[in-house]
Amino acid sequence: MSGGALRRIGAVMLRHLYIMRGSWPRVLEMAYWPAINMTLWGFTSQFFVTHSSWVAQTGGILIGAVILWDVMFRGNLGVALSFMEEMWSRNLGHLSVSPLRPHELMAGMLGMSLVRTTIGVLPAGLLAIPLYHYSIFDMGLPLLAFWVNLMVSGWAIGLGVSALVLRFGLGAESMAWVMIFALAPLAGIYYPITTLPAWLQPLAWALPPAYVFEGMRGVMQGHGLDWGLLAGAVGLNLFYVGAAGLMFLHVHHVARRRGLLLNVGE
Amino acid sequence: MSSAAIVVENLRKSFAGQMAVDDVSFAVASGSTTALLGGNGAGKTTTISMLLGLLLPDGGTIRVLGEDMVRHRYRVLPRVNFSSPYVELPHRLTVAENLTVYGHLYGIDHLKRRIDELAEELELTAILKRPAGKLSAGQKTRVALAKAMLNRPEILLLDEPTASLDPDTADWVRGFFQGYQRRSGATILLASHNMAEVERLCDQVLMMKQGRLVDRGSPRDLLDRYGRDDLEQVFLDIARDRRQPSAQAAS
Repeated sequence: MSGGALRRIGAVMLRHLYIMRGSWPRVLEMAYWPAINMTLWGFTSQFFVTHSSWVAQTGGILIGAVILWDVMFRGNLGVALSFMEEMWSRNLGHLSVSPLRPHELMAGMLGMSLVRTTIGVLPAGLLAIPLYHYSIFDMGLPLLAFWVNLMVSGWAIGLGVSALVLRFGLGAESMAWVMIFALAPLAGIYYPITTLPAWLQPLAWALPPAYVFEGMRGVMQGHGLDWGLLAGAVGLNLFYVGAAGLMFLHVHHVARRRGLLLNVGE
Repeated sequence: MSSAAIVVENLRKSFAGQMAVDDVSFAVASGSTTALLGGNGAGKTTTISMLLGLLLPDGGTIRVLGEDMVRHRYRVLPRVNFSSPYVELPHRLTVAENLTVYGHLYGIDHLKRRIDELAEELELTAILKRPAGKLSAGQKTRVALAKAMLNRPEILLLDEPTASLDPDTADWVRGFFQGYQRRSGATILLASHNMAEVERLCDQVLMMKQGRLVDRGSPRDLLDRYGRDDLEQVFLDIARDRRQPSAQAAS
């Protein structure tokens, strides 16, 4: 990648960082929801520790799950909101006649997703330590593998949602929330995939987060990192994020043919 | 006549079966100012969008600065820029932040110095730290111009650059274009509904109607051929089919 491309990707990120710098409530909100979610599930988890032998075996399993789920959720929102921000502010026209290539715009959105996810999820992970004496960081290196995989899953959804919003307009913006929650029951966030009906299990195993959350439970139960599960997550993620990226680029090309970049905005 | 900065041949574009631009051909000489005129829906914005690569043509060719705009737009875009009151810069960013972001997108060296130069030239220094969304129409136009000037464009495409400006500000903006062109030798193509502006700025006028190029010439040629005193009357003659030119020059 050339220096010029990196500078343009940096410019896309800088534009969003300026917005964050100018609005502390926005930054606080990013951290607020994951922290509230974690707190709620933390107390639920404490209750289950005394009433469920499965949860009692591994304290913090639900807290770990809720924090990691937020990585995927925020990863998705980080991409989709960065793109929708360009549409809301009617900036897509200016960007599209600048030397910025569509894949560089995409890379800038992914970079912003990393920033937004870190700002959102890291405080929740840190807050769990004093509140519940549970540190997700005790997982060590496997945590990094889970984090990266879930964020890439979020990117795939975010790019798909951005493509839909570009194709069908801002009327499709609710997809950013709808699509990821539609996948949540199949992802095995809080329960093993075997809990699902047999006919749903193949569908769940077609999703990378199912491998990650199974892997996370394995690590927390002391079985170590299951490399097979990790390989499954990485392979599927490469497929989905590649497909979503191609879909975004294709829709961008269709948008140029149909004139969809001309008058976008609220 | 110097070489052409823009050459358009047999350009076509339709939306849902409706012809928006129909077999349009023209050339814009380097260092000249050309106006693209026509009523609403005549195809001006569609044509400018295709010149910028924002819209893909259905047929025909566009060469900008010698490059095929459909196939090699990224060789051209760093050398061109665009301004329109209808395409806004992000409201929540300050003027300086907007110019910094676009300066990086255009790969401008010594960006801080360039922004300071433009701020002085376009009288933006006092509002550099103001959010773009809180500016008056005149200030927004000057900020959009600063963004369009960041890369010292060889071709400047303008879509109704003085729309919604008071006469004083509009006059100042026109003077700015003239000064920039004199200094840089840039080529300017503008779509406008202001005929006085076109008479003052333009060497060539392209008249569009229902997607077709129906007449062309210098403002003086058009006035003579239609036997009118001002371009507004020529515009109405063409838009309403009420008078034919004395000598058909549209080729």
